Amino acid sequence: MIEIRNVRKSFGETMILNGISLDVHQGELLCLIGGSGSGKSTLLQCINGLEPIQGGEILVDGVDICSKSVSINHLRRKVGMVFQQYEAFPHLTALENVALAPRVVAKVPRREALANAHRHLTHVGLGDKASFYPRNLSGGQQQRLAIARALAMEPRYMLFDEVTSALDPELVAEVLDTMRTLRREGMTMVVVTHDMDFVRESADRVAFLSAGEICEIGSVKQVMMNPQTEIVQKFLGRRSSS
Amino acid sequence: MSDYHFHWVMALRDLPSLLQGAVVTLQLTILSMIIGVGVSVPLAVMRWQGRGVWSGVAGAWVDVARNTPVLLQVYAVYFGLGAYGFNISSYAATLLAISFNNIGYLIEIFRGGLATVPRYQYISGRSLGMSATQAYAYIVWPQLLRIVFYSVMTQMIWAMLNTSLGLLIGLRELAGAAEQAQSVNYRTLETFAMAALLYYLMAKLLILGAELLYARLYGRR
Ligand SMILES: Nc1ncnc2c1ncn2[C@@H]1O[C@H](COP(=O)(O)OP(=O)(O)OP(=O)(O)O)[C@@H](O)[C@H]1O
Ligand SMILES: [Mg+2]
Repeated sequence: MIEIRNVRKSFGETMILNGISLDVHQGELLCLIGGSGSGKSTLLQCINGLEPIQGGEILVDGVDICSKSVSINHLRRKVGMVFQQYEAFPHLTALENVALAPRVVAKVPRREALANAHRHLTHVGLGDKASFYPRNLSGGQQQRLAIARALAMEPRYMLFDEVTSALDPELVAEVLDTMRTLRREGMTMVVVTHDMDFVRESADRVAFLSAGEICEIGSVKQVMMNPQTEIVQKFLGRRSSS
Repeated sequence: MSDYHFHWVMALRDLPSLLQGAVVTLQLTILSMIIGVGVSVPLAVMRWQGRGVWSGVAGAWVDVARNTPVLLQVYAVYFGLGAYGFNISSYAATLLAISFNNIGYLIEIFRGGLATVPRYQYISGRSLGMSATQAYAYIVWPQLLRIVFYSVMTQMIWAMLNTSLGLLIGLRELAGAAEQAQSVNYRTLETFAMAALLYYLMAKLLILGAELLYARLYGRR
């Protein structure tokens, strides 16, 4: 379980996260939605320890990620992350992209790491692209590669930050399918997305962020079908009418 | 017409001593580049992050190394250290001075390269559990090296040519050996022409070597 307790985050003077509290339960898919600049990406980066927080605490499996006594690099292995930007490593083949972190971080022997990497590539439907360099892969394939690369560290949690936003429409489905597969397999996931259809179909729970605070959180039915606050009603209304 | 008569055979007798000097030149070039890269990479990273004492040190280093004559850098090391009682050989003084100069230029080359590697490359590495050093070593550095490869090669050739300044503090590198040889054989033009040809061949050799090393480490460019 990931427990987020009253987390505050500011860049200089500007408060970005203003006391966020949120639990991510084992095996659930939690979607984070909200307007641009509401702090969704920042929250994910805090969960992964990529951004320091100024107040509150974040516990992953009961361990405080900010505590000086835990190695943040070790903790990150539990929490995989995929970003909006394609960030496949351009100097490595797909297979090497996936095998790199297990080799240098988890010290898995080369042959074993490559064999595992192949398995993870196959899992996301890229088994036949192992020797390709990222520049020869489509955007959708690069995002699936990024997912495979995160999975290779065998994380317990996966964070997705608008992973389909930069994709051509026809490539979105293959990436979402991969995420649905993970969900069926019981991966615990936090997904930031603007794709309300995906939220309705796949999310267990939805949290709506606005100006660094959680306005509403609950099941898809509660938040998406019957929002209580005006701001969420407006946000969803604008989406469905467009 | 000129009344200089070329006597290559006489000059060629000094080829072995020129080759000995060439070996010294090669050594100095390679060592000064190893030191240069080793010191400039961490400084470039710190300068790029733009904070702290080391960023300031790197900035000052770039400033001094690039805005003063290399000749004076050689003199500063040789006579300067000497004045403080550290009597070092002309070989060590040339090596230190050329390394100092390399570091100044290489910091700027690497810093420029760092800016071209997208920040998300580094962040992705960190998100996979890599330490900052691992993310730089396995993700940023190989991409950076591809980008700055030719600038680094240019610096290496520049370093090789600059080692000839060692001649002025009595070092028998290639230029020093040629200077010495022609003062005895009086075949000034032939001897320096041979030296120039050797410099040229060494430059080609060094670049070829670096390309092979790169291919060995990182695959084709
Ligand atoms: N490194 C940074 N330095 C300063 N301000 C930042 C930084 N990163 C984000 N911000 C600010 O924090 C706020 C929240 O940004 P964040 O990226 O978390 O929003 P978001 O909800 O993910 O938005 P979007 O839907 O556009 O991706 C924004 O106002 C942004 O300008
Ligand atoms: Mg965002």
